[in-house]
Amino acid sequence: MSVEFDQKAHETLADANLQLAIYTSTGRLKRGRVASVASDVLPDYQELRTQANAIKKHAIDNLDYYLEEFERNVTARGGKVVYCKDATAVADFVLGLAKERGAGLIVKSKSMTTEEVDLNERLEHHGLESVETDLGEYILQLNHEKPYHIVLPALHKTRYDVAEIFTRRLNAPHETVIEKQTALACGVLRDKFLKADIGISGANFLVADSGAIVIIENEGNARLTTTAPRVHIVLAGIEKVIPRARDLATFLKLLARSATGQFLSAYTSFLSGARRPGEIDGPDEFYVVLLDNGRTRLLPDREKRQTLYCIRCGACLNACPVYRKIGGYSFPGVYSGPIGAILTPQFLGVTHEPALPFASSLCGACAEVCPVKIDIPKVLLELRSEVQKAETRDNRNRLERLSFRAFAWLMTHPRLYEMAGRIAAWMAPAGEGKWISSAPPWMNLPPVRAWLSQRDLPPPPAKSFREQWRQRR
Amino acid sequence: MTRDHILHRIRTALGRSAGQAAPADLPPVRLLVPEVDREARILSFTARLEALGGTVQRAATTQEACALVAAAIEGKSALASNAPFLAECGIAALAGVETGITDRQRLQERCAAIKVGITSADYALADTGSLVMLSTAHEARLVSLLPPEHIAVVPVERLLTGLDELFTVLPRPAEQTSSMVLITGPSRTADIEQILVRGAHGPGQVLAILVG
Repeated sequence: MSVEFDQKAHETLADANLQLAIYTSTGRLKRGRVASVASDVLPDYQELRTQANAIKKHAIDNLDYYLEEFERNVTARGGKVVYCKDATAVADFVLGLAKERGAGLIVKSKSMTTEEVDLNERLEHHGLESVETDLGEYILQLNHEKPYHIVLPALHKTRYDVAEIFTRRLNAPHETVIEKQTALACGVLRDKFLKADIGISGANFLVADSGAIVIIENEGNARLTTTAPRVHIVLAGIEKVIPRARDLATFLKLLARSATGQFLSAYTSFLSGARRPGEIDGPDEFYVVLLDNGRTRLLPDREKRQTLYCIRCGACLNACPVYRKIGGYSFPGVYSGPIGAILTPQFLGVTHEPALPFASSLCGACAEVCPVKIDIPKVLLELRSEVQKAETRDNRNRLERLSFRAFAWLMTHPRLYEMAGRIAAWMAPAGEGKWISSAPPWMNLPPVRAWLSQRDLPPPPAKSFREQWRQRR
Repeated sequence: MTRDHILHRIRTALGRSAGQAAPADLPPVRLLVPEVDREARILSFTARLEALGGTVQRAATTQEACALVAAAIEGKSALASNAPFLAECGIAALAGVETGITDRQRLQERCAAIKVGITSADYALADTGSLVMLSTAHEARLVSLLPPEHIAVVPVERLLTGLDELFTVLPRPAEQTSSMVLITGPSRTADIEQILVRGAHGPGQVLAILVG
């Protein structure tokens, strides 16, 4: 377990207010999801999941084909598709375009992909003003924080935190009424929308047969971002492509329900380029930036490839007993929870944060709620095995490997196993209680102590199973 | 070139070659359009939109629709889109209603200043309470977005059952418009302590008037 991961998890566990915030917020989303997919309101929920999984599987298995189709259709309507291999390439493209257009102010709608490439920081480093317009993201940007949750970025902030941030950063009067805080932020941002030169959005889906992108949101900031400025830039991972517009009937029924329990989000925008002749408003220029940033690394392995089916609904976070205790900031990278535990190690390499695939009880709650049926526990196991291989290769954790080898040897030699059991029973004090806490101090040495800091063994019984079996036979 | 490099990486990883077609294992489109009679559709649309904090009114005739709009905007500044149906209802000609704007800059300025935006809608969806708006020369995007109140006047025969019917009627929306938006209730946020606030960046009030 890495020190940082361990430390952040323990900090979260020790913070009672944060524990309550995580628990109630994720609990509310969980209940919303359950109610909105109940058999009386969505009788074909399971069929929809199966269909969504089959479409995603097909699209990822033939990713090059659908990306090219998407690109052809965007280009045919005058839009431009740009491929970027990493964060630097994305920033370079945006900076180059901003320079050409003489742009200084950029408005942004919520996008995990832009968080993934630190787009705001990179643009601001070069003197551009890049403003988050989703309320939660705006609060976090003002306070220089990253999203806590895929769907509820500012889950960990109270109205009092927000009042303090607005006072400090916007010179606003101290205001703790949430409606007024919302109005205040939207007022500041309205002005930005009307003055902005470029709007940057993410995309929930790229639709190959239409050359279109789909954005789902509740506030209206994504609509404004993609309508008011003259230039619209979309940043999306290459895995977001789906074959047909008609497939949206399947995905749209699942996405908002899984995320928040809404049947549909307040706004679902299907955008296929700049405004056309005759259309009164909308952008004059349309760019789609397709990001790799480690995604192609997930493709060779058929099992792990399914990680790319994710539609970022966040349902697995809300369902996860681990996320609900250790929260979003314990996870390295911007993606947290079960999906983060399989995405981040694959984007960055398993050795970057080897603790991640192990931060799970493999209970399967994530797979049960996943609208596209990603078998997250299975991918976690694959990644665990990769971490082990990497550690063997680098000759790390020798003691642990040696212990397991010894254990395996013992388990395959029944007589010795039985003898070892008797020795353990003889050494351990009889009766109730924790075995190790009452074990002789010489056994409580550092490696054993580390292993037992999170675990314990019950005292061995006076008579082992094998002995009882022999007597009863 | 990055494009070719990335596509090459994808193909190598997937064991595919350039120009290779996708195999025929794409699952068939799944669109199931139920038979729901008109009254049931209206009831469902009304229940869904009202559950989200929107309002639904019914008008038997275009004149009645016009009277409902007149009552709803009384004392407020309003701007009507250039939708022929609004003209047909006489809404565009109501006193105090601005309309006929075709200049982008001017439209943006006016929409940011007035209180009520009046539009029609191409479709409405019964099982979600959604309005479906296609951006055209008649229907700009900002009229349903910038003003704090949105009124949509929709012929009742445009009320479809839901998403499956929408994509049956409109299998490729991009052929008709650069922008199709499904509006499902008022703009909302719950980003602070998950307390629901209606009216964030978009209209906090949505009134749908079903005509016919």
